[in-house]
Amino acid sequence: MANAMEIYQLLPKTNCKECGKSTCMAFAVSLLSRELTVDDCPPLKDDKFKANYKKLSDMIVPAEGASESGMIVHEDKCFGCGNCVVACPVNVAEDSLGAGIGRAPTSDKVILRVEDGIVRTSNVHDCRRFGENKILCNGCIVTCPTEAIEFV
Amino acid sequence: MVILLNENYHVCTGCALLCDDIEVVIDANVITEIKTACRKGVSRMKGCNDPMSPTVEGQQVDIDVAIGAAADILKNSESPLIFGLGNSTDGAQKKAIELAKHIGAILDDTSSFCQGPTLEAIFNDKIKSCTLDDVRNKADVIVYWGADPSNSHPRHLSKFSYFPRGQERQRGWEEDRTMISIDIRKSHTAKISGDKFHQIPLQADEEFIDALIDALSGKVPKVPFEYDPKRILELANIMKNARFGIIFVGLGLVYSLDNMDPIVKLMDKLNELSNFHLIPMVGHYNMRGFNQNLFNETGHLNRVKFEKGNNTKVQHGAEFSIVESLNEKKVDAALIIGSDPLSSLPRAVADHLLNIPIITIDPCETFTSRKAKVTIPSALSGVECGGSAIRMDGEEVMFEPIIETTTLSDEEILTRIMEAL
Ligand code: SF4
Ligand code: SF4
Ligand code: SF4
Repeated sequence: MANAMEIYQLLPKTNCKECGKSTCMAFAVSLLSRELTVDDCPPLKDDKFKANYKKLSDMIVPAEGASESGMIVHEDKCFGCGNCVVACPVNVAEDSLGAGIGRAPTSDKVILRVEDGIVRTSNVHDCRRFGENKILCNGCIVTCPTEAIEFV
Repeated sequence: MVILLNENYHVCTGCALLCDDIEVVIDANVITEIKTACRKGVSRMKGCNDPMSPTVEGQQVDIDVAIGAAADILKNSESPLIFGLGNSTDGAQKKAIELAKHIGAILDDTSSFCQGPTLEAIFNDKIKSCTLDDVRNKADVIVYWGADPSNSHPRHLSKFSYFPRGQERQRGWEEDRTMISIDIRKSHTAKISGDKFHQIPLQADEEFIDALIDALSGKVPKVPFEYDPKRILELANIMKNARFGIIFVGLGLVYSLDNMDPIVKLMDKLNELSNFHLIPMVGHYNMRGFNQNLFNETGHLNRVKFEKGNNTKVQHGAEFSIVESLNEKKVDAALIIGSDPLSSLPRAVADHLLNIPIITIDPCETFTSRKAKVTIPSALSGVECGGSAIRMDGEEVMFEPIIETTTLSDEEILTRIMEAL
């Protein structure tokens, strides 16, 4: 997952305010929260920032790609190890004799499963980061070797 | 214990973890969807990008012609080499041993330059081992040493070692297990182990083992490189207090040691104080099977030479490894089965291979097959043909073919070559 500093490093760093934010750092934070998009920074369209523009666009998956719980899976980074599938507390609770013990999920209620070598999501409403009693669960984030899962 | 297949599940032969919980969707004899396998497994099950055709001297021929040509090469050879078989079923491996006896071949596999020494120590009861199911059910301290399963065996942590709940590990990884990684670089696996990652310099494993043994013995650990002794003491403490410990030995550790003595010493010390096991991170899906099958037959797990016409005489030694026999130009023909030595061996060693006739049996084109005199395509085992294989922990896993094919299996090809001899 990118952090604001990494994003900031790729910005023009001129604090021109054209994006409506007071500083480039503030713009970086808005990018991270998906409040603004890479295209909201006009100087980035300049030829000399072409490479940075490309990098930023790859780094910041648009919010439309996120599930309702805010989860984004970077499919290019995921290699299907299943760590997140087995670590997710909802998967364990719903499928204690399948995903919970490391085997193929046997319940329709799991949030994470691996198909064609890439993690897929379902039942995202049940994610512990969602709804009224939400908590800052990070089971699927810290167990991923490649930072393929991110929440916005 | 033989692991029998749940009828809805298939086995992945992408690595020696042999995951046995794979579901597939098949449409018109083509696998269109694969569930639960990792990306590595998916790419194996989807088949080759470059399937191999039967050829002799680069010309496409009928499969029977290719088999005949292979038999001719072996017939005319004084000292043939048979190599590979890590990606073949037990049945094919046994056939290859039979063929090697028949033609008096040198027989070796990749274990002679990777996990051979570890397996030898386990086969000879010098090191205590256990099954991966034991690890899942009981292990509370898990050490990956010189291994990065996140890349080599992607489901290792999720299926067996760190993340799953087990009979005696009901509270899972957060509370019930500690995972340690010792490596020369911060690999993907090391990242997961967080502050339990120990980064050591290249080739320093033996010194680190010695220091760890000192720490386990209550002495102040010392290493000839900069390292906080407190961290080694802390590591020793975790290992000492393990109820069921496991060390997964990767190639990084094997390559940096001259022999197994340091590991044996460490295991002995650990087992004076607690309860530790060791499993080698075998790569190819049935490399351990080859070693086991040859061991059962000859008492050696690799690097053997059979005597032509004398079924019982077998020599064993370093000089019969693929590396030495090529270096010494001891072989005059090579039968390579499911392996690509021209890309895995150092150039200087592989050079001699280019001067002798090569026969390759493989589902896919490889660097070696492109230089081969005879190529014989085989069915992709685990996908197009069934059989059994030995998982990295020694458990036998049976599997059925997933799709149909008319391509011959390794075992059938070897049988046909024997007949043609
Ligand atoms: S945040 Fe927690 S509950 Fe939600 S998918 Fe990830 S591990 Fe599961
Ligand atoms: S832990 Fe990461 S790499 Fe592994 S399956 Fe989940 S998202 Fe993919
Ligand atoms: S870990 Fe190995 S056996 Fe399991 S699915 Fe991946 S490649 Fe196949």
